[in-house]
Amino acid sequence: MTVVLVVAVLVAILVIAVVATYNGLVRTRNRIDNAQAQIEVQLDRRHDLIPNLVETVKGYAAHERQTLEAVTAARAHAIDAASGSLADQAEAENVLSGALKSLFAVAEAYPDLKANANFLALQEELTSTEDRIAYARQFFNDAVLSYNTRIQSFPANLLARMFGFSAREYFDGDPGNDAPVDVRF
Amino acid sequence: MFEQISANKRRTWFLLVGFGALIAAVTAAVTFLFGLGTWGFAIAVVFAIATSWTSYWCSDRLALAAARARPADGPEFARYHNLVEGLCIAAGIPKPRLFVVDDDAPNAFATGRNPEHAAIAVTTGLLALLDRVELEAVLAHELAHVKNYDMLVGTIAVTAVGALALLSDIGLRVMLWGGDRDDDSSNNPLAGLIAVAAIVLIALAPLAARLMQFAMSRRREFLADASGVALTRYPPGLASALEKLRDNGTVVAAGSRAMAQLWIESPLDYPADQEGNRRSWLNRAFDTHPPIDERIEVLRAM
Repeated sequence: MTVVLVVAVLVAILVIAVVATYNGLVRTRNRIDNAQAQIEVQLDRRHDLIPNLVETVKGYAAHERQTLEAVTAARAHAIDAASGSLADQAEAENVLSGALKSLFAVAEAYPDLKANANFLALQEELTSTEDRIAYARQFFNDAVLSYNTRIQSFPANLLARMFGFSAREYFDGDPGNDAPVDVRF
Repeated sequence: MFEQISANKRRTWFLLVGFGALIAAVTAAVTFLFGLGTWGFAIAVVFAIATSWTSYWCSDRLALAAARARPADGPEFARYHNLVEGLCIAAGIPKPRLFVVDDDAPNAFATGRNPEHAAIAVTTGLLALLDRVELEAVLAHELAHVKNYDMLVGTIAVTAVGALALLSDIGLRVMLWGGDRDDDSSNNPLAGLIAVAAIVLIALAPLAARLMQFAMSRRREFLADASGVALTRYPPGLASALEKLRDNGTVVAAGSRAMAQLWIESPLDYPADQEGNRRSWLNRAFDTHPPIDERIEVLRAM
């Protein structure tokens, strides 16, 4: 009788441990998907802000057409790439970041524009959106780190293998931009 | 940075275990002397929990009212909101309610029993003094308090301190009235020695608990510094913000000793600091915050 009881308790503990581990794996995996969705929300937000910015800058610096067109084109390209692969998307977004940077650099030459309340508000919004994109990517990588650590650690790794939890890849910022910058004076 | 986070968490656990051990020892002492330890313990714990957990539950409302904070609404606070939203994405917690305190002294605090009920307040002086990167670092420090459940940790500490104070108070009162002694213990010479030790323990326990509470509070500040930096990944931001806070001499008007442990920089003015002397070890043992220079040093070394 006692032996049966002991075995029953041990089996119950084992079952609870397996269920808890499995649920933990599902939770951390879902956090990665959520983090990825978060990145896309922020990228969309940036796409939405750009037409307003372009219009505002046009009012003060209409002859900076090249810069403005570069931003508009980069935005259109980024929206197209959003449905493509992650790598394409990241590259298009990086081009857009570069175009925005040069737009803000150009704006420095126009004191009236720089004093415009609408422009200042948009600049604050875009800067913080850029921050949020970076933070969302950081959170994504943190989520991948904790998930990968979990599925590789004993004893969860046994369960992970059994139920097909596979390691995820990190987001690598600026792919193809790893070469050192060549500075010349 | 990550080593700092785990080291600080480990030391918090040591302190919590220390609290548990102290409570156990005092209970044992009261039991040994008067044979009513279990009852005394039960009464003390129930009282301590009832008082400190009510304030824990309402902590956000109490703290915000005490600091005379108002909601941060309006376009002038856009940057404040944007920075917090970004950091919340990085931390994976919901955005807390944001408040401002109309005060020229730069300071900030976080409150609320859990991330869902959290609130952050900054002074208008802080918003004016810090640049974007520094402000972000300070907000990350406050969010780290929220994410690390520092209100909960603080409340546990206060509960333990309260329980010990009551327990030893009960013990000392019973002793004055001349409670029943165990016959075995009065016949044994060794028992007399133990009884003296027990009395000393009961008398000193509340002080020891207080010191541990302050040590815990300082430890959580270091932890919030390190885990705030884990969000921004930029230690110099917080270091230069703390330098600005240090060099700014003004002190928050609504800062009382009871609220001191909430703020990022201790709102209490220390006269000894102005003479440039290092305050004595005994004095520093009662501080809620580590010396700001020490915090900057740790951040600069990250």
